[in-house]
Amino acid sequence: MSATAPLLEVDDMRVSFATEDGLVRAVDGVSFSVAAGEVVAIVGESGSGKSVTAMTLMGLTRGPNARIAGRAMFDGTELLSASERELQQIRGASMAMVFQDPMSSLNPVYRIGHQIVEQIRTHDQAISKAQAMDRAIELMERVGIPRASERLRSYPHEFSGGMRQRVMIAMALSCSPKLLIADEPSTALDVTIQAQILEELRTLREQTGAGIILVTHDLAVVADIADRVVVMYSGRVVEQGTLDELFYDPLHPYTWGLLGSITRVDRDRSQRLPAIPGLPPSLLRTPEGCHFRPRCSHAFGRCTEDPALRAAISDRPEHLDRCWLELEQKRRLRVVGDQIGLASAEPVIS
Amino acid sequence: MARFLVRRLMVMVALLFVISLVTFMLFIVVLPNGNPAALLAGHLATPAEVHLISVRYGFDKPVWVQYVKTMANIFDGSAYSYQSGFNVLDEIRAGLPATLSLSLGAGFIWLLTSILVGTLAAIRAGRYTDRVLTLLSMVGVSMPVFFFGAVLIYFAGYKWGIIPLGGYVPWTQSLTGWLWHLVAPWLTLSILFIGIYSRILRSTILDTINEDFVRTAKAKGLSGRKVLLRHVLRNSLIPIISLWGLDLAQVIGGGAILTESVYNLHGVGYLAYQSVSHLDTVTLLSIVMLTALAVVVLGALTEVFYAFLDPRIRLQ
Repeated sequence: MSATAPLLEVDDMRVSFATEDGLVRAVDGVSFSVAAGEVVAIVGESGSGKSVTAMTLMGLTRGPNARIAGRAMFDGTELLSASERELQQIRGASMAMVFQDPMSSLNPVYRIGHQIVEQIRTHDQAISKAQAMDRAIELMERVGIPRASERLRSYPHEFSGGMRQRVMIAMALSCSPKLLIADEPSTALDVTIQAQILEELRTLREQTGAGIILVTHDLAVVADIADRVVVMYSGRVVEQGTLDELFYDPLHPYTWGLLGSITRVDRDRSQRLPAIPGLPPSLLRTPEGCHFRPRCSHAFGRCTEDPALRAAISDRPEHLDRCWLELEQKRRLRVVGDQIGLASAEPVIS
Repeated sequence: MARFLVRRLMVMVALLFVISLVTFMLFIVVLPNGNPAALLAGHLATPAEVHLISVRYGFDKPVWVQYVKTMANIFDGSAYSYQSGFNVLDEIRAGLPATLSLSLGAGFIWLLTSILVGTLAAIRAGRYTDRVLTLLSMVGVSMPVFFFGAVLIYFAGYKWGIIPLGGYVPWTQSLTGWLWHLVAPWLTLSILFIGIYSRILRSTILDTINEDFVRTAKAKGLSGRKVLLRHVLRNSLIPIISLWGLDLAQVIGGGAILTESVYNLHGVGYLAYQSVSHLDTVTLLSIVMLTALAVVVLGALTEVFYAFLDPRIRLQ
């Protein structure tokens, strides 16, 4: 492996699930990479395939009804074709995950300390129970749990949501992972706790140099922490680039819509918060051509053909989008009032 | 814990009181089996003798006095059957070894077997093994004890001679004889419970498997086996254990009437069967009190154990 090779390289990952109603294409050809020390945010609405992408990397979507294709090279291992045994050695050790709902992600019948120690001892058979306990205390202190040596003996239900998420993070960090996947880690928490959790992730990146994949629908969180952003819609990547590229020169109408629907203190309050009209398409029957076409106010004839994910600006080869509009058109159309947004077909109701 | 026990004890006493009142009304007042004094006096007694007995036993007293007297007799061991004249407590005591042997043995068999069967069915859900086990569970649930018992005795006992035709041998007399006589009753009594329990466990496991904390356990890198044992099964056993406590109590308290009768095991259930067929109300009343006591005590124990299994439950 060369020094410049990314930590994780996902190439044309496809995940579909056989259901009674047909094949659900949850992830439809997703490619991106994560370097060590980098925070890559995957954003999109519910059902865009962002969580399935994250869980597939961990091998958690495998099952009799799942069809998984593509490649995901992580630290010398191809994750999608790895055996369950190989995955077990990676999971929780060099690659760890923090889940969305801290309230239900810990086993209610075991003490917090036991659950952290369980992970440590799974990947380090040589460590004694007492040593693992000390390590658990150390981890809990690191993620800001006060009186860690006492709290070790608590059960999950004795913790608040924010504290439980800290436990989840402590657990994820227990084996010093090279890659941390955080699936909406702060969504279920209130805003102050959210900020603290993000701070923990930032500290982790700085202290350990781990790569982080942050799955979220919250662009404020993205702006706060991400280096690069992958925007997903209907199982596909519609745009990806650096944080600045995405926020200051967004090229896909869906990204405009997302940016336009952020609550902002500087926006005129007499207006209703803009929303993208319509709903994401069913993954059972995705629209022909561009998947965003039915909700896009700028759709035109060519949009019934499938646009490729390509770089629109020649000196920015890493900034990709999936839209037929010309660059100049995009830069003109995305301005709504004096902000970036997705112009709606009907006038905004005030 | 202490407060829980005190409160629980008070509830137990109140429950037993209500149960005794209801059964007394039912058996002694609503279901009168002729004149008990006449029964006690026998066929050749004169009306004067019957009256004498009636006064002596208090049958001429108001109902509530009779109730208090009967209950006092049952609890201090001086209640006698109006039919046989035997001491009821002695009768029950004589039946307890057989009943305890049957119920405890069967209890562990049905608990362990249904954990195995239910888990196997759940991890093979939808596949061949699951379907076969589901079918067997259905057969187990719908098989009446008297039928299965009779079939077993006929083939295994009478035709092939591998089990005795019935009866009970105390373990103090012969440990192998005790085992040999109990194998068939254990199997017969267990089969119904295995059917029910394994179905419940299967669906609980399938619910638990989709819990977020099971996904966390996988994400920690635990092997499939450890995920199943430590995180899925541990949590899925909670409802089964509490069910088990109550069913076991019922069987200990003489509830295995059919099994004991089919195998001619002279336990408490057999005694219950006998006293029902002879309308031996005092004996019946005593057995009901024993069952109630067993259910109430084991119910409390189950609750303590439940709180131990699930730390979210506080004993209040």
